Amino acid sequence: MTDRKRQEFAKNWELEKLENGRMVLNMGPSHPAMHGIVRIELTVEGERVTGSDVEIGYLHRGFEKTCENVTYNQCVPYTDRLNYISPLINNVGYALAVEKLLGIETTPRCQYIRVIMSELSRITDHLTCLGASAMELGAFTVYFYLINARETLFRLADSVAGGRITPAYTRVGGLTRDLPADFGQKAAEAFKVLGKNMADADKLLTRNRIFYDRMHGTGAVSKEEAIALSFTGPVLRASGVPLDVRKATPYLVYDRFDFDIPVGSNGDNYDRYLVRMEELRQSVRIIEQALAQLPGGPVNYPDLGVTLPPKEEVYGNIEALISHFKLTFEGVKPPKGEIYQAVEGGNGELGFYIVSDGTGRPWRVRVRPPSFTLTAGLSKLIQGAYIADIIPTFGQINMIGGELER
Amino acid sequence: MIAQFYQAHSDILLFAGAAAVKVLVLLNVIMGFTALLTLAERKVSALMQDRIGPNRASVFGFAFDGLFHPVADGIKMLVKEDFVPAKAEKLLFTLAPFFALVPVLALFAFIPFGDYVMVFGYQLDLQIAQMPLSLFFVLAFSGLAIYGVFLGGWASKNNFALLGAMRGVAQMVSYEVVLGLTLVGLMMIFGTAGLQDMVRAQGRLLFGFLPGWGVFYQPVAFVLFLTAAIAENKRTPFDLVEGESEIIGYFMEYSSMRFGAFMFAEFIEIILVSMLATTLFFGGWQVPWLYDTGFIFPWGSTLPLNHYLVAALQTGAFAAKTVFFSWFLLVVRWTLPRFRFDQLMALCWKVLLPLALLNILVTGAVLTALK
Repeated sequence: MTDRKRQEFAKNWELEKLENGRMVLNMGPSHPAMHGIVRIELTVEGERVTGSDVEIGYLHRGFEKTCENVTYNQCVPYTDRLNYISPLINNVGYALAVEKLLGIETTPRCQYIRVIMSELSRITDHLTCLGASAMELGAFTVYFYLINARETLFRLADSVAGGRITPAYTRVGGLTRDLPADFGQKAAEAFKVLGKNMADADKLLTRNRIFYDRMHGTGAVSKEEAIALSFTGPVLRASGVPLDVRKATPYLVYDRFDFDIPVGSNGDNYDRYLVRMEELRQSVRIIEQALAQLPGGPVNYPDLGVTLPPKEEVYGNIEALISHFKLTFEGVKPPKGEIYQAVEGGNGELGFYIVSDGTGRPWRVRVRPPSFTLTAGLSKLIQGAYIADIIPTFGQINMIGGELER
Repeated sequence: MIAQFYQAHSDILLFAGAAAVKVLVLLNVIMGFTALLTLAERKVSALMQDRIGPNRASVFGFAFDGLFHPVADGIKMLVKEDFVPAKAEKLLFTLAPFFALVPVLALFAFIPFGDYVMVFGYQLDLQIAQMPLSLFFVLAFSGLAIYGVFLGGWASKNNFALLGAMRGVAQMVSYEVVLGLTLVGLMMIFGTAGLQDMVRAQGRLLFGFLPGWGVFYQPVAFVLFLTAAIAENKRTPFDLVEGESEIIGYFMEYSSMRFGAFMFAEFIEIILVSMLATTLFFGGWQVPWLYDTGFIFPWGSTLPLNHYLVAALQTGAFAAKTVFFSWFLLVVRWTLPRFRFDQLMALCWKVLLPLALLNILVTGAVLTALK
């Protein structure tokens, strides 16, 4: 804050000295709807927002710098903490970027499993977003219905990856482990719970007059504006732009599945809500198709220079022992070069830009977080709206501090 | 000499004694019920949300599924730091919780919770203040509750609290108009503004079998009344005054028992709204087909009952109806999202108010036609 602004702030804060009926309202970081990690300095005229200044930086951890000091595989657990409600997409995106740098393509089974896990994460992401924004509007019960479904899916992911929100499931060239034998059956059970809870939420919200009035027409952004603000993901699609990384530049095996990209027409919160609801259904469709097509075979790229050999090989074979040592201490060594790989995250395009200098550690890792551009556009979305409109708009933007500030 | 004094003033002494007993008993019942309601709110919401709810507070290892939580909450409120912000208006900041709590408690004086009981030949009316115009007193006292919200929000000197207070005053004043107008139809039909008289009037049968409750005469007014009453009560979907995820509320700066008073007032208001809905629209203490001497069913059979049994049945019916409406208000609170401020005002002035006026017009027209 500049000195002038600080003085003005102190002056406006005094109730007795309101100018033109305006006052400064400091929303966050300790405000129930701001997740404790963002601050909006509002200027309000009564209940109308006449100006806003979104301040971020409360959750900066130095993810990108930390990655420069560890091997490529050691970065994977850090990526969990980017978007901590859809961690598997981050894992997959990062692994894909490093593999692109290496110029390798993983086994078909690995690719299918990565698709399945990515979509599971997308579902948990959307469930959290929808549940939390319903809760912030006062529909507390819906939150618990959706979180119950999320919990079931977290358990499912836990049974595969060994972690609920910090699974660190992928490795360069493969995965930490294969799917458990009963995964298909467990997934079917989980989807039953999901379907039931989603139907409940749908009944309580979609045609609820109060909910509709709160969401419809608030936080609206036009197609052109959304593109100009470089929005991606459900928020962009709600404005009517059918851009989805999974369709636009297919990665993994997404081109083998039949799924739709829902788009909205008004670009308001209600359309964002509907787009997310539909994407949940589409993700379930993708997982069901992937499970039906799931091929057999190994999950790890069969190259001793990329993935760790099996333990019995390490104990019985000198090449495997050497590769195990070198991979563990020096890490995978991609050739010199730089690469950008994007995947469709829960909130939009999640990109990894990696520069390699030929050593076992990345020279630079840069993440393109979808939340960042969305949060940057927040001021525009809430300009002229009511204070109460900030809540659904902010909820539908689904700002995740972990990936926003890294 | 004492005997002489008693002889001379036995009327007034008996009246004062009876009133004191009634106030003590009723206030204690209400307070106990409020404490249970805070638990019920958490348990009902837990039930609706697939949770277990509070069940930890225990005495010597006995938790009784959370029965001690209201007590634990009360102790917590009392021993917390009583914090007053440096910039606050100390006097008004202290007064505000009283303004919130006292009018709400005073309102119970007007609510009849039974017909009468004969105690040693003395007729004890089961209502604290019998007044021919008690309905107007109800409206007047509920209007006083606004001061608690406004003073609390203003005296805190906090921008969020001020917004809450502004919302609160606008909302309560607006909905008070609707609340008052919905009751006009009832006064026209029953020809009285006394709550006890209204309840007695509701003992008549409609078409020979239907209990003559207000809701059957004035169904539209009932829906409007319930909506406006929830809005007066400041609970979801009308809890913009608090709006815990938006502006936190007018009591943002309050802590310890000062905050407890606001919270308690809200829960007492739930009971009050339930009692008013029962009294005005659901026959109060009336049990269908139960009269002074016992049941007289519309199909001709009778069931004579003792006077005390009748009184107990009637008071029990009143309590049961109140519990039902309290439960209903809890369920509504955990089902619906919250309005936005302008939508709330539009609903009041553009929908509820014209409907209430139309209701009065139709009621008047029908009454004139029937004459």
